Amino acid sequence: MAKAMIKHSDTQWIPVSFTLNGRLQEIEVEPHELLLDVVRDQLGLTGAKLSCDVEVCGACTLLVDGRPVSACTTLAFEVRGRSVLTIEGLAQDGKLHPLQEAFIEHGGFQCGFCTPGMILAAKALLDENPNPSEAELKHFMHGNICRCTGYKKIIESIMAAAKKMRAKA
Amino acid sequence: MLRRFRLEEPESVAEAAELLGRFGESAKVYAGGTELLLAMKEGLVQYERLINVKKLTGLSDVTSADGAFVIGALCTHHQLENSPVLKDKLPALTKLEQNVANVRVRQVGTIGGNLCFAEPHADPGTLLIALGAKMIAEKASSKREIAAEDFFVDAYETALQADEVLTKIHIPVPVPNARSAYLKFGYLERPSVGVAVAFNLNGGVSGVKIAVGCAGPAPRRVAEAEALLEGKSKDEALRHVAEAGASAGRAAQAISDLHGSQEYKEHIVGVLLKRAFQSALS
Repeated sequence: MAKAMIKHSDTQWIPVSFTLNGRLQEIEVEPHELLLDVVRDQLGLTGAKLSCDVEVCGACTLLVDGRPVSACTTLAFEVRGRSVLTIEGLAQDGKLHPLQEAFIEHGGFQCGFCTPGMILAAKALLDENPNPSEAELKHFMHGNICRCTGYKKIIESIMAAAKKMRAKA
Repeated sequence: MLRRFRLEEPESVAEAAELLGRFGESAKVYAGGTELLLAMKEGLVQYERLINVKKLTGLSDVTSADGAFVIGALCTHHQLENSPVLKDKLPALTKLEQNVANVRVRQVGTIGGNLCFAEPHADPGTLLIALGAKMIAEKASSKREIAAEDFFVDAYETALQADEVLTKIHIPVPVPNARSAYLKFGYLERPSVGVAVAFNLNGGVSGVKIAVGCAGPAPRRVAEAEALLEGKSKDEALRHVAEAGASAGRAAQAISDLHGSQEYKEHIVGVLLKRAFQSALS
């Protein structure tokens, strides 16, 4: 991108070395650049969506060191030395993650706009608590908004994935 | 869309305070950024420099000393909601932290940032006032304590001087029969009203502290309401709690805004105080 080509001497560039979906990335960013813009526009991973832009809806959820953050309000330099997972990094060797399979099987999405954030948030939940109660699930996922499904099928999808993942573990 | 700014990354409190002194109002402390970056994205505030304090050491854990829990200002809400010692001794704070915003905000938002940003519709300040907490403010060569009830001056305004950094929060370790509770209510993303109550239960209730937040520009202690419950037996206090609630509502300096009318908020203060008091008793 043109912006990245022209480096004014008074511009502050911060080297950011981090792991993105398991691969080392070395980039330079300006202090004000947001993680969501860098991931979508510079690195071409468009799974995470910009929606509310105020950390409320969860459509921009990414996992940083396994924990969910709002990429819309995270400065890109913050991922220095850390590990970032986007929805594009979830499938392994062409095989969907159990959460992805469960969302398909149980109809956990309609328009799909919230789905990358939903699935990543759910992954963070299940990594921390493999056997959540429905109340724990709802509390954890309370910050991810879906405007299509009414949530019932999302909850069913996550519960089904949890069961499958526990059986495999 | 964020405007360009320069990033400073001090490695000591003295260095951070020096930068704040040098750059004055053109610079702002940045920790989790969950509130500051929103205001900057909206263009409500602009800074030439952000001073990232996350490289400061020793401010990211919960310890105890001299009869107080010492909470580092850089502790995230996520850390605090999972702190075993707080869960054991200050369950009201644990519950409050579990319900701040959402999981992503709790992951990066810090307690220090929450207090210093002084957004009126925030939870922790209200409970900290009722718990008698003290804020530790440091600059290059000095350090002072600010009582939580004196910390919040107005909406988005604290008692910190321009070159002071909030480093720690001291909360007195509760005595064995200490009780406390925090309840909030709202229908938007942020609470309309938050009420905290703390007291000791020795047959009767004593050392009553009540604070109201979110309703007005800053969380505040409501001594008028405390006086109505202080020294009463449990049953007497329960009989007076509605009156105390009405008094707390009047003293809350509630304002009408998107989160509800003044009258509505004053009413909710009363409801929440009653419930918080009952929940602290049980």
